[in-house]
Amino acid sequence: MRPKLNMLSDELVEQIIAEGLELLIDPGVRVHNKEALELLGDAGADVDLETQIAKIPEPIVRQALATRPSEFYLYDLNGERVVHYGGDSVQFDPGSAAITILDSETQEQRVPVTDDFVKFVKLVETIPQLDAQSTAMICADVPEEIGDLYRLYLALNYMRKPIITGAFRKDTWWTMKDMLVAMVGSEEALAEKPVAVFDVCPSPPLLWSDLTCQNMIDCARYSIPSELVSMPLAGATAPVTLAGAVVQHTAECLSGVTICQLAQEGAPIVWGGSPAAFDMREGTTPMGAVGTWMIDSAYTQVGKALGMPTHAYLGMSDAKVVDAQCGLESAGGAILAALAGVNMVSGAGMMDFESCQSYEKLVIDAEIIGMAKRLIEGVVARDEPIALGLMRKLGHRADYLAQTHTLKWFDKELYIPSAVIDRGSLDAWKRKGSKTAWERAKDRVNELLASYQPPSITDELRTELRDIATKAAQRFGMDELPPLPED
Amino acid sequence: MSKDLLAKITTSLVEGEPDETVGLTRQALESGLEPLTIINEGLVPGMNIVGDKFQSGEYFLPHLIIAANGMQQSMALLDPELTARQQAVESAGTLVIGSVAGDIHEIGKTLVATMMSASGFQVYDLGVDVATETFVSKVKETGANLLGLSALLTTTMTVQREVIEALEEAGIRDQVKVMIGGAPVSQEWSDTIGADGFAEDAVGAIELAKRLAG
Repeated sequence: MRPKLNMLSDELVEQIIAEGLELLIDPGVRVHNKEALELLGDAGADVDLETQIAKIPEPIVRQALATRPSEFYLYDLNGERVVHYGGDSVQFDPGSAAITILDSETQEQRVPVTDDFVKFVKLVETIPQLDAQSTAMICADVPEEIGDLYRLYLALNYMRKPIITGAFRKDTWWTMKDMLVAMVGSEEALAEKPVAVFDVCPSPPLLWSDLTCQNMIDCARYSIPSELVSMPLAGATAPVTLAGAVVQHTAECLSGVTICQLAQEGAPIVWGGSPAAFDMREGTTPMGAVGTWMIDSAYTQVGKALGMPTHAYLGMSDAKVVDAQCGLESAGGAILAALAGVNMVSGAGMMDFESCQSYEKLVIDAEIIGMAKRLIEGVVARDEPIALGLMRKLGHRADYLAQTHTLKWFDKELYIPSAVIDRGSLDAWKRKGSKTAWERAKDRVNELLASYQPPSITDELRTELRDIATKAAQRFGMDELPPLPED
Repeated sequence: MSKDLLAKITTSLVEGEPDETVGLTRQALESGLEPLTIINEGLVPGMNIVGDKFQSGEYFLPHLIIAANGMQQSMALLDPELTARQQAVESAGTLVIGSVAGDIHEIGKTLVATMMSASGFQVYDLGVDVATETFVSKVKETGANLLGLSALLTTTMTVQREVIEALEEAGIRDQVKVMIGGAPVSQEWSDTIGADGFAEDAVGAIELAKRLAG
């Protein structure tokens, strides 16, 4: 039996869905996008073009829920299935769109540039616990207007794993789509074997901005998966009761699924989010708060009840340095996400809410993820009978280290961490330099980076990617993109 | 009796009963109390207590916001009375504030607007996704000495620069101090775009505003 967390009773799930559906009729959802309003109007929703409010009756939503895929796969750039969105599959990717990087030497936050993100992408490639890349930080050495597509451009030059990304504008989405098509060969190939997911974020409460709504529609039309990132802030932009925040999340996601399916029936879409239990003292959005984890787990359960693939931003910390708070918050969120069966858990490496990425935190989080993945494999019998044969054979001898049974099972039964986790004796620890977790993480980062193997991308493809990105950069006053780092 | 009424106004703010604050304010006016007395001896002491309790950690944001709303609603009753008497509350300054064009994020901006208002500033909150021209015309219209520009996205923070440029073009850049805020915004960015200051949070924004307006 796999350990599984249920946050809500079946009755509560039903009530949350019912209230979510009712919110779509009264007060309805604000849709600041012309195309979406037309789609909704044509489908029979009550659309007020003046106020841009759509009131969506339940049958339209139910129809969308009938056509959305309940599962799909992401492929790596070798064409292998590596991520399963659906069921209780649990996978992890780094937190995305950080605006700072924690400097490894000074331990202070600074703005990231090209070299930082390239290093990050390489590191993610080498970390076995991470299932996908993300466009994890926004480089400050290119114009803000191409911040989104430039991240993807860099990542595509160095990655094999699939990537979770997102666009910040309507026009840049097309550039990003063109780069993905260049990577896999054709629009058909991209639709058939998706390598990227686009995050699309409704704004609480109950608003689809023009930009994110258009991104979602455009993704649907090309069968590129989109991931709903609904973010009720309990007590600020949403009811303070955790169940109330989940009701709001449900309504926003249901409206997203509906618009997506009206744009293209069968387009893959994920029930995801980044809610937070608002901090009533600081006015911040803590990702390490237990309330935040509970809202995430609860909406995941709602999504599963509706047969949706799921996502959550969890496993992050609000700490400003990689310290005890950083570890405890990241572990709590990641383990809960695994127990809740979230298909894609975004957040590794991320701290200071959702604003800072850290290489060192990333490799520490990898250990948390390793433990979380082991945890949900559960305790299983392995043999039948479980132990009688072996224990009778050994009698009262404590000689299990010498058994082939141990050799056969130990690395499946026991999660074996890297040297980031110290389990040596005090003397052993002192002999190795009395290093803290931070220092061990630094060592681990260097060790992993040294093992990085670049993907085999032809010079032709590299040039094509660069041409596509450069053309976009030139629209915003940058003639030449920064050079890719040497080696 | 009047002392009693003023104390009740204070208490209603401290206890988070904005409807009661408004009712008591009306009652106080009807009983013949001067609007300035109601403000200085009823409302302001209440807001000060709430502010102190927030600072000490006893109170939280909902206490602060609800009290500020009670104060604002009462002021809406008192303002016409003040005007009729040709009186005015001593204002710490006039602030026009909003989230810039393309940015629909509200909380941080609203928090700053509310707390500035509770700190004695005259506040014009233009809301979210505010067109650059609207900022310029509102500053002109109100003669504001402070302008607050909020941007939560790396893609919209560039609009903060556009607003500053528009103020220059309109020839009113010298009359107004520009404060910027939002998650991706930093002192460095403030220097780059020629803003007058940056604050990380609402409390910092008030300190900055007092410094800039002083």
